[in-house]
Parts: sequence; structure tokens; C-alpha cells
Amino acid sequence: MSSITDYALPNPVNQNRSGIIGRAVDRYEGPLKVSGTAPYAAEVKTPSPPAYGVFVGAEIGCGWVRAVDDVAAKAAPGVKLVWHVFDQPPGQGEAGAKSYVQGQAVADPVFVNPKVRFFGQPVALVVADTFENATAAAGMVRVSYEEDPEAEYEFQPADAAPAENDQDSAVGEFELAFAEAPIQLDEVYETPIQNHCQMEPCATTAWWEEGTVQVNTSVQMIKGPQHLVAETLQIHRENVHLMSLYVGGGFGGKGSSYEDLASAALASRVLRQPVKIVLTRQQMFNATVHRPATVQRVRLGATPDGRLTALSLMVATHCARNAPFIERAAAFSRALYAAPNRLTGHRLQLLDIAVASAMRAPGEASGMMSLEAAMDELADRLGLDPIELRIRNEPDKHPESGQPYSARQLIECMQDGAAKFGWNKRNPKPGQTRDGRWMVGMGMAAAIRGNFLLPAKASLKVDAEGNIRLRQGMTDIGTGSYTILAQIAAETMGVPLEKVIVEIGDSGFAPAPGSGGQFGAASAGSGALAGGMALRAKLTEMAIADPASPLYGAAPEAVEFRDGLITVENRSETLAALVTRLSPEGIEAEGSSSPAPDIRQFASYSHGAQFAEVGVDTITGEVRLRRMLGVFACGRILNAKTAKSQITGGMIWGVGTALTEINRVDPRYGSLGSQDLGTYFPPVHADIANLDAYFLP
Amino acid sequence: MRSFTYERAPDAAGAAKTAAEHPGARFLAGGTNLLDLMKLEIERPRHLIDVGRLPLAEIAETADGGLRIGAVVTNTAAASDRRVRTRYPVLAQALLSGASAQLRNKATVGGNLMQRTRCPYFYDAAKPCNKREPGAGCSALGGLNRGHAILGASEACVATNPSDMAVALSALEAQVETVTATGATRSLALDEVHRLPGETPHVETNLEIGELVTAIVLPPPPEGRQEYRKVRDRASYAGGLFSLALAGERMAMGAVALKPWRASKAEAARAAGASPAEAAEAELAEARGLGRNDFKITLARRVMAAALEGTPLR
Repeated sequence: MSSITDYALPNPVNQNRSGIIGRAVDRYEGPLKVSGTAPYAAEVKTPSPPAYGVFVGAEIGCGWVRAVDDVAAKAAPGVKLVWHVFDQPPGQGEAGAKSYVQGQAVADPVFVNPKVRFFGQPVALVVADTFENATAAAGMVRVSYEEDPEAEYEFQPADAAPAENDQDSAVGEFELAFAEAPIQLDEVYETPIQNHCQMEPCATTAWWEEGTVQVNTSVQMIKGPQHLVAETLQIHRENVHLMSLYVGGGFGGKGSSYEDLASAALASRVLRQPVKIVLTRQQMFNATVHRPATVQRVRLGATPDGRLTALSLMVATHCARNAPFIERAAAFSRALYAAPNRLTGHRLQLLDIAVASAMRAPGEASGMMSLEAAMDELADRLGLDPIELRIRNEPDKHPESGQPYSARQLIECMQDGAAKFGWNKRNPKPGQTRDGRWMVGMGMAAAIRGNFLLPAKASLKVDAEGNIRLRQGMTDIGTGSYTILAQIAAETMGVPLEKVIVEIGDSGFAPAPGSGGQFGAASAGSGALAGGMALRAKLTEMAIADPASPLYGAAPEAVEFRDGLITVENRSETLAALVTRLSPEGIEAEGSSSPAPDIRQFASYSHGAQFAEVGVDTITGEVRLRRMLGVFACGRILNAKTAKSQITGGMIWGVGTALTEINRVDPRYGSLGSQDLGTYFPPVHADIANLDAYFLP
Repeated sequence: MRSFTYERAPDAAGAAKTAAEHPGARFLAGGTNLLDLMKLEIERPRHLIDVGRLPLAEIAETADGGLRIGAVVTNTAAASDRRVRTRYPVLAQALLSGASAQLRNKATVGGNLMQRTRCPYFYDAAKPCNKREPGAGCSALGGLNRGHAILGASEACVATNPSDMAVALSALEAQVETVTATGATRSLALDEVHRLPGETPHVETNLEIGELVTAIVLPPPPEGRQEYRKVRDRASYAGGLFSLALAGERMAMGAVALKPWRASKAEAARAAGASPAEAAEAELAEARGLGRNDFKITLARRVMAAALEGTPLR
């Protein structure tokens, strides 16, 4: 692709002749999932009975493992091995070593360092014949620690400092403009630590076949974990066959992998037996990652008629001492509203608690709360409708880079949604609308999220029955990747959906970036289209060159694919006939897509508006959602059903983020206060009343 | 999970006898609390006595116009029983505000009474807890204790009892029938079943070793309004921050102490002509916050006063 504008050129997905692109097609893998037969990483059938690994978690927040008494554990029934820093797994690469220069991971050996960096960090592994025996023996491992008196567990925003690789963004003279602004708003907002709460915990099943380790794991991306296993086990990456066929929720938390991955492969290598390791729910909270807390200062300067003259969002947040990560809660604000003088940035405190990382719209989920609440405060001060205030500050180009927007339907989202939600019934004066003992209020917020396109490949193969098989190293974390890829393959090859087989989540397949931060469908889908176009070109070339084909001698640009046929005007044959005659074992082609070189010349974002009606119990203070509507403009919708599920799921997580989900560090131990779903509260059905969403064309 | 032996009890008296003979034995019915704790090795029973199939699953009328609910009646069955719903709505509401539908389908009313605290420090074996290990200390006292007790707590333990059902039973003045290890039967007032922590928070009830709950007996329903209101951080499937059971002139509070807290001081104040606010104040005069849970005292006052003023709370 030479230019971003090429996306508008005719191609099968754009033309969508059969209408299958965008249709509310049921999930490709739905029957497997609802019948419990989709094999998740811990459920795959192993070639021989597996052993089960269970981790022992650190019982201090920061310090060193000084001794491990594993005598009782080793003598416990069924125990096959116990590993810890004094009895390490053999054959691991040096931490951080990288033999494959272009690889996406470094060696990450397990149990080689006595350092305890966070509470719950795996400090020992017990593998036994049954999960129960492994769990019982893990409870018998006695670990002695030396605590680090220098440990810091408590987030102190004042101690947060500028981070490497993260510059403040300054335009104009913010401080001056804010000081001179006729209307000034200066507010501080806080967000707590929150956890991903994937339904499926992280899990790995590994076994060896003729020098190759077969690894089934639950991750959002394929290549990084594959390379991690290779580097850690010091084997060639071709000898790591990594599969992540079904993923029971990622939300950013499976963008990284954890000790289960290498440990299962290592233990399987030593034991010459399949090994299965599943993190416990408590370990999912303690020993994976979380969204860090933030303290955000928003300053808005405005004219009395509601034009922003100064905008600042400064965010203090935290991450683990040895795992740099910035919850970039200010980044989106650089693209949302016009204001000539701007200052945004992040400050970071390094803590000795579990690793902070991406979670459910990293950055936006935390940061939009503060800026959008501040915009509402400002609207109230100005006596303006919150939507009108936002419209008055709509930029005509990216307010910091000056780039044109590739698309921008924010105002349309707000106005369309307002009409459907009944926004005009809102009483702008707080506390006026009552329903029995409930106070009822309406609110809205803008939504924005960057668009990230990454290179992707896909291979498509047509067999002698005319079936199309798509293979791609993509993942489906519950979003609908299987389904949209089937739709793209069907439309591109001109076959009905029933003729398409989608195989993804396998390191042996043409690579795609996986699932995460708004790049999955666009990147993998573009790769699938490219793969289909490559196969069309190959089939066209073969048909027009074959005297036995009715298309013999036709001009390639006149060839079309529809109804399972390859056709030119009134001449055609079935794909099955073509393949049967010329290459009965099937015909395969691989295509690749890359972002156009000029993609960075555009500011490219999805936009939306969300409206909520919320009740507050005037006796108890309980806050409950009463109804909610989201309107989104996200470009082409590939599947109305899976896209709506995803966006309403995102809204529900938003309700959790705003109302129910909170975790806290106990500063005496460095541990999280909530370690299970009995004390950490994602929203449940009863919290989600009357929630709906739609997309603008 | 540690290995254990298992037997299915032949009858209630036999179960009690066996339990007394096996140190570290536990009764198993629905298992919705015990099995969780066993997986975490907070509970490490060496022997399980399955009482779930004993013939204690009936809800029957009593001679005086009350109901006897067998100990292994599930929470769902009790909450959906027409007699319970019409005559003891506070109990049906309390049952339905607990756990989730799936758990209520398995959990039994006897087990509901015997469930253990949900204090996160009790659930985390890496932290000191006097319930798990007497003398180890209480980590909740100086910790994240937003959900903890405001009444009847001690330096040794600030946990709360998680049962909603028991709060309603307290307001209804239910009796709990048991069989002891000797085969004797006895009846305790609901308020006598659970203990405040004192110096021995690991001793949670006044039941003897081996004593098995066989039934909950409800006296005839009181005159007047019945209502159960649970205040919580999400609308369902969450432990209470505070709850109030109202049964005629009687009230009990939940999530404030290690036992269901019968509001007898407020009842007495009310009977003596106190205003709703004064009655609530009388009950909560001795309430003590731990810092993070101070809000519960205000919350309790407000909900109780509103209830006494006749405000519908649900």
C-alpha cells in the first residue's frame, strides 16, 4: 500500500458484494465455546498424562530468599520435582540474553535470582502427579526471607518523577495563559489500582515431540512468548511451537507472559512428560499485572463563552521498580480538545509492588475520567451544556501536531447520542431530580482512542473441495477474530462462510501482531485481505494460463471470484474444479500488509460519546447505573455482533472502573488487599441496567 | 488441598458422634465455603462427614404457627418457599441478597449459619490472623479494614460474620436445633449461636465439638413490617458493608460485628418513646471505627433511623 488513501480503492472488502462484511455473523468458534469443548491452554489433550505444576508465592513484598526447606515437599506424595533459587531448573539462558537479534523477547529464566521484587512472586515450583498433590506439597515448602528495609510500597504522588522516554508535551505558554484566563478550573482526581480479572487464568501446557516443545498457553500475542521460550530454554525458535488457540480474556494482562510459560516447558523437558501449570486466582491478582493508581491534576483556563485558552493534565502514577511502565493517562488529551496553550505529561514513582501494565484502554481509562469530569465542572461554572462546551472546543486539526484527522465524528457521536438518550431532559442543576429516595443524574463523556495499524501476514489455501483455509498467527481473546477473519476470507475469495476454515493462534502460521490496544482487527484483517488477494492472483494466473480452463487466455483484470467460482463474464469454473485439475493437494498463497508510509501524516483515532443516568441512594450513598448509551465512530465495522459485544463490554468495564473496582496496597506487606473475586468487584448483571451502544456509519 | 478421608453420615446423631471422635473433622453439606477454604489450606480437615444427604431437607409447619427449616434445605429452596416468602419476607430477602444464584443452589441453611468470616486477612495465609493461628495477631486491625467490625470487636479480631440469613433470623428470634455428640438434642436462640471474638476469635460458636445443626425454627411471624436491606459496593454478589433486618418491632444488623447484631438497645429506646434518630444513636453509641470503616457508623445510623421512620429501604 503506497498511501493511506489507497484504503478507499476498490477491493473485495470495500466492495462487499455479498454483504457479509459488517453482517452480524455468529461467532465462528461459538458452538465450541458454549459447549465447553474449545480447548483452552489448560484443557488441551496431551499425548500422555500430564504432571501438574504449582507455584509457591513470596510471602514478603521485597527482599531476598535466603533459604528454602523443601524436604517435606519433596517427600510428599506424587512430587516429581521442586525448583527454587537453590535448586534451579537446568539449561536456562542468562537473564536478558538474546541470541536471535530480531527476536521479540529475551531470556527470562525462572528461579535464578534470590531477589523478591513483589509479594506473591513465584519463588518455587512444585510439580507432582496431580494438581492436588502439587498444591499440598507447595504448601509444605518453607522459604526463609530477608526483607529489604529500603522497600517502598506506598504510592506517594509527590515522589513521582519524570520518566525516561516520556517527554512532557508543551504547546504555547500554558502557565501564563492559565494565570491570565478569565475562568480557571484547577482540580485533582484520583484513580485506584485495578485488576484485569480475566475469566481464564494464565495457564500453560507443554510437552516435547522430537526436540520441539509444544507449548499451549494463554497470551494475546504469539511471537514474543515463542521467542521467550526459545531464549530461556536456549533452543532454536523453530523448536518452539507455541499455540494460543482460545483465550478467555486478555484485557492487556496477557500482553505479557508469566512464569507458567517457561516453567512448564522447562519441567516438561526434565520430566519427559507433559506439564500443566495454571495460576490460581490469587496469583492472577498478586503475580501478574495491574493498572496502576493515578493522581491527576487538571487545569483548564477558559473564556466566559467557553473557549479553552489553556489545558493541562499532569499525571502521577507508579510502576514496579524493575519493570518500567507508564500509565499514559495524559496522552489522549493531546488530541481531544482545541486550546492554544497546553501542558501534559506523566510523573512516575518506582515501587516494590507487583508489575504495572496495560489494562483495558491503558491511559484513556484512567485519564479520560479526569479531563471529562473537569470539562463538566467547567461547563457548570460557565452555565453551558457539557456537549456545547465540547463542541466549542472541537479542533479542526490535531491540536498539537497540526496533522489533519483521518476521520473525526466526535460531534456527531455526541449529538446523535444526545437525541437518542433524551439528553434534553437533563436538569443541569445537581440534586434536583428525585425518584423516591434516589437522586438521579445524567452525565456524558467523550471517548477517544488511537488507531494503530501494524504489519501482518496471512496465508490462504484453497483445496480440491473449494474450501478456503486461512492461517494466521493471530489470537482471539474473545473479541471475534476468528469470525471477522472468516468473513474477510469468504468475501475476498467469493465463497460462502461455510466454506471457510480459520486457524489462528499458532506460531507456525504467518505472523500477525496479535490482539491488543486497537490494532488487532485492522492489522490482522488487512493481512487476511492481502493473503486472499495473493491467492486470487495465483489462481487467476493459473487459470488463464491453462488451456483446460474456460478462463484460458482471459485478461487477469477481468477475472472475478464469486459463488465459489472463478469467472470472466459468462465463462467460469468452480475453484474446486480448478484445484482438482491443476494442484489436487491445494493451492496456497501468502500475503502481507503494512501501514502506508504516509499513515503518520494523519491523526487517526476512533471517537465516541457515552451517556449515563445514575442514581444515588440518599440514605446509603450507594451509586447505581440506571441506563447507559454509547455511540461510536470506529471506521468500518467488520461484524455488527462481535463489535457491539466488544464495545458494550468496554462500557461495562468502564462502569466497573468508575463505580465498583478498587484495589489497594497494604503498605505493611506490599500486597494487594483484594486477591480474589470475592473481594474485588467487577460489575455483575445487576449493576448493568439498560445498557446499549451503536456505531455511526 | 491436603488429603482427607470422607464418609457419608448415616444419621444426624451418628454424624455428631463421629465428628467428636475425629479431631479435625468437619461437616460437609453444600461445601460452598468449606471447599474454598480447603483449597486455600485455611481449612485442613483430616476427615469430612457428609451431612448433605441426611433427611433434614424439609420445611415444616410447627404446632405454634411457625416453621421448622431443616439444616440441609438449600438457601434457594428456603428463599423460594411460599410460606417463607409470605410469612417471613425478611428471611427470603436476606437469603436472596447473599452470594449468587449458583451458590444459593448448593449452600444450605445449616452451612450458612456455620460459614466463616470473609476477612481478606483470614483468607491470606501469608498474614497473621488469630482465627487461623491463635496468638499470631490480627493484621486487619491496622490494615485495610473498610469492611470490618464496628461493634463487639477486640484487639484480637475485628472481622465480621458474613451471613445475611443469620441477621434476619436474629430479628425473627429464631431458634437453632442441634444434636450433640452424645445424641442429645438441644435448642439455642440464634443470638446464642455465634460468639464475639474476645481473646479467642478462633472459637466462633457456642456449639460443642461434634454438635450438628439440624434445623432452624422460626416462631410465628411478628406483626408488622418486615424488610431486609443490604448496603454494598455492587448491586449483587457482594458482601455487605452494612445490613439491617426489620421484623415488626425487632431489628438486627449485619456486617457490623462477628455475630448478627440484635439491636436490642434501639428496640428498647423505641419502646420507651425515643425518636428514630435517638434509637439508632442508642444502638450505635458504643460503635468504634478503625479508621477506614468509620463511615459504617454513620451508615448504620442513617439506615436504621430511616427504617424506623418507615422509609422503604429496598
